[in-house]
Amino acid sequence: MSLWSRISNAVHGERLNREIDEELQSHIDEGIASGRDPKEAHRAFGATLHAREAGHSIRTAGWLQSLLADVRFGWRQLCRNKVTSVAAVLSLALGMGSCVATFRLIDALLWRPLPIAHSSNLYILSRQMTGLYGKPAEDDHWATPDFNLMRDAVKDQADLIAVSDADRTDITWSTDDDMEKAHVVYASGNMFPVFGLKPALGRLLAPADDRAPGAAPYAVLSWDYWNHRFGRDPHVLGHTLHIDNQNFEVIGVGPHDFTGTEKGTVTDIFLPVSMNSLATKDSVNWHHVFLMLKPGVNPATALDPLRQHLAAVSHAFEVDCSTCFRGVPQATIDRLLDTKLVFHPAGAGISDLQKDYRRSLGILGLLAALVLLIACVNVANMMTAQAAARAQEMALRISIGAGRRRLVQLILSQSALLAVFASVLGALFAAWSAPFVLSLINPPDNPARLALPADWRVLLFGFGLIILIVLLFGLLPALRASAVRPVAVLKGGEDPHSPRRLMRGAIALQVAFCCLVLFLSSLFVASFQHLQNRPLGFSTDRLLLLEAVAGKGQLPVVWNQTAEALRAVPGVDSVAISGWPLLGRIMINSDISINDAPPSPTPAWFLSVSPGWLSTMKIPLVSGHDFRLQDTSPGAAIVNETFAKTYFPGQDPIGHTFERGANQPVNKIVGVTPDVPYHDLREPNRPIFYVPFAGVDDKSAPSAVGFATFTIHTDSRNPAALAGSLRQLIAQRHNGLRVSNITTQLDLVRDQTIRERLIAMLAAFFAAVALLLAGIGLYAVLNYSVLQRRREIGIRMAVGAPRSRIVRLVTLDVFLMIALGGCAGVALGFGAARYVESLLYQVKATDANILALPACAILLTALVATLPAVLRALDTDPTEILRVE
Amino acid sequence: MAKTDALQGSLDLLVLKLLSRRPRLHGYAIMAAIASTSGEVLRAEEGSLYPALYRMEEAGWIRAEWITKDTGRRARIYELTAAGKKQLGAEESRWQSVSLAINRVLREA
Repeated sequence: MSLWSRISNAVHGERLNREIDEELQSHIDEGIASGRDPKEAHRAFGATLHAREAGHSIRTAGWLQSLLADVRFGWRQLCRNKVTSVAAVLSLALGMGSCVATFRLIDALLWRPLPIAHSSNLYILSRQMTGLYGKPAEDDHWATPDFNLMRDAVKDQADLIAVSDADRTDITWSTDDDMEKAHVVYASGNMFPVFGLKPALGRLLAPADDRAPGAAPYAVLSWDYWNHRFGRDPHVLGHTLHIDNQNFEVIGVGPHDFTGTEKGTVTDIFLPVSMNSLATKDSVNWHHVFLMLKPGVNPATALDPLRQHLAAVSHAFEVDCSTCFRGVPQATIDRLLDTKLVFHPAGAGISDLQKDYRRSLGILGLLAALVLLIACVNVANMMTAQAAARAQEMALRISIGAGRRRLVQLILSQSALLAVFASVLGALFAAWSAPFVLSLINPPDNPARLALPADWRVLLFGFGLIILIVLLFGLLPALRASAVRPVAVLKGGEDPHSPRRLMRGAIALQVAFCCLVLFLSSLFVASFQHLQNRPLGFSTDRLLLLEAVAGKGQLPVVWNQTAEALRAVPGVDSVAISGWPLLGRIMINSDISINDAPPSPTPAWFLSVSPGWLSTMKIPLVSGHDFRLQDTSPGAAIVNETFAKTYFPGQDPIGHTFERGANQPVNKIVGVTPDVPYHDLREPNRPIFYVPFAGVDDKSAPSAVGFATFTIHTDSRNPAALAGSLRQLIAQRHNGLRVSNITTQLDLVRDQTIRERLIAMLAAFFAAVALLLAGIGLYAVLNYSVLQRRREIGIRMAVGAPRSRIVRLVTLDVFLMIALGGCAGVALGFGAARYVESLLYQVKATDANILALPACAILLTALVATLPAVLRALDTDPTEILRVE
Repeated sequence: MAKTDALQGSLDLLVLKLLSRRPRLHGYAIMAAIASTSGEVLRAEEGSLYPALYRMEEAGWIRAEWITKDTGRRARIYELTAAGKKQLGAEESRWQSVSLAINRVLREA
């Protein structure tokens, strides 16, 4: 007989009893048949019931049977209080689902190792330095010649791998005008072999592809891209890919689950580093450098010597680099050379998304955990109240010999039942919410992508969570209930206040958590509102942005003609051209020197704009005038007020000149504009100068422009409606310009606040849930307490206590608890606020309204939640109570 | 009462031994056989036989099945398993050494 048969017998207990009875009966029958007296046979056998019980317990898994009985009993208990049980399951499910969803996101983005060999031996090289405004900064981009030197220097102990950022690039698969976007990564040829990756098709890039610049025009597709772009067509090998004016031949497809080293972005195409024109430039830091220790090298002892060796090689390269620092002031050179090379573990990949969202996800995890804790406290209160109501039953069970362990098991199995139901619902919630939140990260046209598998890591976390919360909300009530002293209970109760004391403590805890959630939420919501309501200084209304590219470049006149053609389209109000949009992805700075003096330590940012761009953007001029058609760059410039204040303090800048670095052509300032945000809504105002879109080279010949953005003011409220026809118009002109992207200025501004909006939205959601749960908890506790104290209230009323006194009796200690919990919550909030400071915009934890909001919300909730109980207390009819007694 | 005490601790041995000689017995037959072969000296208490049988069944020494006898009555019969044979050997040698030891004590005391 196996364990299985015992388990089966435990489940089918009745059937087993019948079988044993039949066997015992057949024994007696046999005896009678062999001539014994029936009475004597029965007597000789003894008590059949006893034999059956003994047999039954041997043939079943006893623990299971008692467990089953407990679960059945627990189920009946839950059914008896349907509303509270459903509320408990729902609130736990919401809390658990949120926790699991946040865990999935954090795990997928920050912790889950890349699907490569020896991921724990992978590090990224980075240098710590002093940044532009004296702040500590870290740069993890390197120049390829520097990388080559470093790679050769440590090749015995480690492999160095170059991998660029996954840039969203314009590509074409055929020669016609259909441009698409794909995430392109340049990687050194050793990346695939060192990562131990095998091709799904064809071959992967190899070290031989690094040997000479431009010698390996090969492309490897990621499996994901091959799947969704080519439907896993094996004939993709040999296809030609065009990027700008380069052609690449597809030679293979990467392994199934490898999506690059940049978590949050799925790389579509891998190209050799040697095929990028930047690879020969000494002064351009453009790709990451990963370090993979060779097998058998001990990280503990090898890393630091490696680091020092690499730092020395790189420092020597930078000191030697002749082109790196031409015309740069000595102070800046010293700052740039004073760096410290460091290794960071990179086994889980590396990406900006990780940097941007590490803290935010941490905060979301904290909020979800707090909501779960509040839900747990609620359920614990519910269990305590129910256990108190069952004190008689518990006393009876103990009196007839139930052990304490057995009673704890009885109550814990009810808790476990709740947790299991909640976890099923929670799993569904997490399955939906994790991808949903992920889809809100990043702009809709370029969403963050992460694999979110529900594998053993997630399951393990889920099971851990179930056990934890069962212990959290079940153990204490179970221990308390099982500690009942039967004598005291059967005498009429020992201390009727004790469950209430526990529940009051729970209220303080709950209010503290709730206050913390509200406090953090109001910080995030206020921060988001500040950011959203930040004055822009330009208008986003009806502005369509049409980003165009022109291969090797087209002369400004071609761009101007195209703008003219766009102006003729019905529905277009005005068209201007800028090098790139404000608040887009591009930012370029430039040294500023006045009267050929050495450049000042602070650079300025610039943007080339056509005449009329300022008025199209509704940026007014403080003084001076807009560019004229004949203005060229270098020559004329318009500056913003911060620029004027920085470089010409106390003077009228109109008519002054500046150069973009020493010995550069002179720009004469013709106008001054107010400040506008240039690249980031959060940053302080930067010095900005505008130059005419029409650029000329040092021989005064017009220079070609490779890319620019048409800024189009439309008549319609919805500028995107014109996108299709304008795209067509540009394609039909066949003048070398191609549309790379169409967006609106409003979307660019919105994209700036995505993270803040997401956190504010989720924080507000958690705050609402926390408030609701705390309100329910408060109501339940107060209601229970009034019910329990009916006798006391009735007697007090009978002896003439005024109503105000009854109200005070019922609510005083609860509001004390709320005040206590609130203070604790705010104290916790101040602690947490320091951790999230970097996520906030123009909001301080000490702002009065940040504190007032949670306080008011909690007080209001408390009032609403206590009202029914207070009314019930006042409604007590003393005569009725006394009659019952 | 003295009769059952004599059985204490050796019921397993007797049942295993009986089943090794005469397979496929039901409970009553086992009891009757113990009584008759011991010359009515040893008599298993009828009610406690079945828990013992179930215990041995759980331990895997014997296995049981229901049969319908010629008389039309159903009975649950038992037989020895391989593990039961091994156990019988172990119990037998244990019994031998214990009774030897007891005999020695009786002789020398």
